[in-house]
Amino acid sequence: MPVLFKKNPVDIVFSVITAAASVSVLVFIVGILYVLFAESSAAIEKFGVVRFLTSTDWDPVRESFGAATSLYGTAVATAISLLIAIPVAIGIAVFITEIAPDFLKTPIGVAIELLAAIPSIIYGMWGLFTLAPIMADYIEPALQATLGRVPGLGILFEGTPMGIDLLTAGIILSIMIIPFTASISRDAFNLTPEVVKESAYALGATKWEVVKNVVIPYSKLGVFGGIVLSLGRALGETMAVAFVLGNNHQITSSILDAAATITVTLANEFTEADTDVYLASLFYLALILFVLSFVTLAVAKFFLLRAEQRTSR
Amino acid sequence: MKRILSLIAALAIVFSFSTAGAVETLNGAGASFPYPVYSAWGYEYNKATGVRLNYQSIGSGGGVRQIVNRTVDFGASDAPLKPEKVEKENLIQFPAVIGGVVPVVNLPGTGPGDLRLTPGLLCRILLGEIKYWDDGDIKELNPALPLKRKKITVVRRSDGSGTTAIYTTYLSQVCSEWKEKVGAGKAVKWPVGIGGKGNEGVANYVKKVKYSIGYVEFAYAKQNRLSYVRLKNAAGNFVEPSFESFQDAAASGDFDPSKHFYLWLTNAPGKNAWPISGATFILLAREKKESNPKVVKFFDWAFRNGDEIAKRLVYVPLPAPLKEKIRRYWKSHGIY
Repeated sequence: MPVLFKKNPVDIVFSVITAAASVSVLVFIVGILYVLFAESSAAIEKFGVVRFLTSTDWDPVRESFGAATSLYGTAVATAISLLIAIPVAIGIAVFITEIAPDFLKTPIGVAIELLAAIPSIIYGMWGLFTLAPIMADYIEPALQATLGRVPGLGILFEGTPMGIDLLTAGIILSIMIIPFTASISRDAFNLTPEVVKESAYALGATKWEVVKNVVIPYSKLGVFGGIVLSLGRALGETMAVAFVLGNNHQITSSILDAAATITVTLANEFTEADTDVYLASLFYLALILFVLSFVTLAVAKFFLLRAEQRTSR
Repeated sequence: MKRILSLIAALAIVFSFSTAGAVETLNGAGASFPYPVYSAWGYEYNKATGVRLNYQSIGSGGGVRQIVNRTVDFGASDAPLKPEKVEKENLIQFPAVIGGVVPVVNLPGTGPGDLRLTPGLLCRILLGEIKYWDDGDIKELNPALPLKRKKITVVRRSDGSGTTAIYTTYLSQVCSEWKEKVGAGKAVKWPVGIGGKGNEGVANYVKKVKYSIGYVEFAYAKQNRLSYVRLKNAAGNFVEPSFESFQDAAASGDFDPSKHFYLWLTNAPGKNAWPISGATFILLAREKKESNPKVVKFFDWAFRNGDEIAKRLVYVPLPAPLKEKIRRYWKSHGIY
């Protein structure tokens, strides 16, 4: 506003341009939401909300569609990826901020950011041609021979290991989200005031105790925000998993089975969806994903903001 | 100011070039299966005539939508539109090139063409009713093969595809149980099996997973020397997929111009016809009086000069009588 009061014409033009740029983002979001709604209206009318969300049917020939199988696959693949990514990412962040000597901090930091810069299609190709055979030949048979024998846990590892399954997809996703979780956790850890840490050391605390009792409690909101942010990314990731999940619309107890996520369904079926209801159902899935991602991002922002407020106080 | 002027000048030059250099372009979109042959034809056609072909392989579904919305000069689809739909959307439809689907297996100890199957057996395998390779009926048909008690792994496409449409149409035609339980389409609810993305995904599985059976596009099976299955056709002969058996299917197929060539070439009656073949189609909008003759001219050129190119890319050219039929069809619509 103060810029406008000066009435310098260049400044006025400048502020109008920047304002327009910012507003355009809102316009895009609303526009996308509108298109998703409009295009999926045929499916919303035909299946309703509850029936679509709970139906496990996905039969293009009989034009009967439901989101349950895709939602299930999305949830399981994301859960596996978080299970693997969180400990690794927090370990990386602790190492960089507290343990690594200064000359190591930058190279490791850069390496992690490079990991985030790899296009996801490359993860997909690597997953299909390199990781999947390794999973099928070595890791999955080994899992079946060990964890698969444990009563109760066994149903998680049933079936013939093909390497194209929820576990492989989860592992690829975890590699993709580790950089995000790690760099946000690192930033959160760095917010811990040196004074507090030094006081703890002065009291005779070991490194482990400082990390456990000072750094992590101090930054847990920020770390949590980072995790939710990565969750959002894992939910929406497409190309990396499209190749290694098999697009099999089923709810399966075994993580060594092929499944489908929302994004995998869209990537596999969008181009050849030839009936109106089929296409509308795919748009409906996209709308659900949009809402899911939007909610997770909002939650992440909420925690990250809280974390910042706390440190600035 | 000087800078702005020079910028305007530069823009003006760019614009004048782009308008002066506006070469005639045909815009098409659709099926990805014939994309290699269309673009090879387009390249040669451009050299011969200067007309450029811009073909976007966005998938058959997209191709049909684009021509229905009239955003392209021609659409392309692996599955023919029903005659009613062609009429309703005011379109013109004709086949351009033949393709086919080949069941492939990974059976240690056997080579390409060793395994013989009847349509009924294939159907029962894909329905999950026959679970092991040493099934009595398979053995009876293949007494010389070392068939062991190994579980059959069915491999299918995970993405929607014209290949799947041809395959499932064939299965629905020869097997009433399949028609009832699964049906035909670009994506279906498979009773059993694992999904691979694209022809390469399926081929990758079949190569890797022992005792599996999948299906790929003919070109893909041939180029990768996959172990194909010998199938019993409608005439009762066991045939193998080849240019000849596909052309025999195309020649014996009853393409009817009054139905806008709507025909699934599956289970064709020809003596040596490969039973799982199909044409891929071109769609034109009737009222596009200006672009239609140009598109037709391109395909006419391709029909005359493009057979060798097509064969080199392992596509099956249309038989000559069918090409004549298409030309008469064009004439009847006043665009040839």
